[in-house]
Amino acid sequence: MAMDEAGGAPGAAKKFLYVNRKAPYGTIYALESLEVVLIGAAFEQDVQLAFLDDGVYQIVKNQSTDAIGAKNFSPTYKALGDYEVTKLYVEAEALEERGLTADDLMEITFEDEDDDWAEKPSINIVSRADMAKIMSEQDVILSF
Amino acid sequence: MATLHTVNKSPFERSSFISALNHTVPGDKVLMIEDGVISARKGNTFADLVSSALSDCSVYVLAPDLAARGIAEGDLVEGVQTIDYGGFVDLVAECDRTQSWL
Repeated sequence: MAMDEAGGAPGAAKKFLYVNRKAPYGTIYALESLEVVLIGAAFEQDVQLAFLDDGVYQIVKNQSTDAIGAKNFSPTYKALGDYEVTKLYVEAEALEERGLTADDLMEITFEDEDDDWAEKPSINIVSRADMAKIMSEQDVILSF
Repeated sequence: MATLHTVNKSPFERSSFISALNHTVPGDKVLMIEDGVISARKGNTFADLVSSALSDCSVYVLAPDLAARGIAEGDLVEGVQTIDYGGFVDLVAECDRTQSWL
């Protein structure tokens, strides 16, 4: 069988990692990433998200943008499970450097169809070393 | 299964340089382009980080960007390699994936 350049069979889903490193409202990167994530999911690719550096602020809870005239798009992260985006990796060191803990993050879950639709957390807190390993295992990395 | 990490911002301006180095695995390649080349000048605050990265990764700078900033090849942290645009293309082709640290 012919192999494509990523080494997979033609037409097979590729592993996509979306790397999010910026806080949500100061620049457009976070929102643009989310848009592209949903596109990737629509094409039934294996979509994963990484949150590191200031990117961890994209998924902190209690975001309120009423007074800055920007749309609060944080609820969209909670809907990712419906698009079969169920793997969100958050770097432990990035949280710690910013005085944050896992309790400061939104509750983001998915229903596992292989386990009687049990509700499970989508967020996985990983070490910096594990994040590097995750990056090294992807077919495609998209940076935001 | 190497990753090519590109960095295009000065380490004095953005954290992307440090983040990139923090997320390499042995065998990866790091390429400094545009203002990213500033980190590769010997004697700069970040030079020791570049040296450390060289222990298990290859580090490259884009020669045209060095020249534009008046940095001679002899002024680079020891072990850093210079490449031209063609070399940049070769690196992208050799590696399994490219990550741009924006």
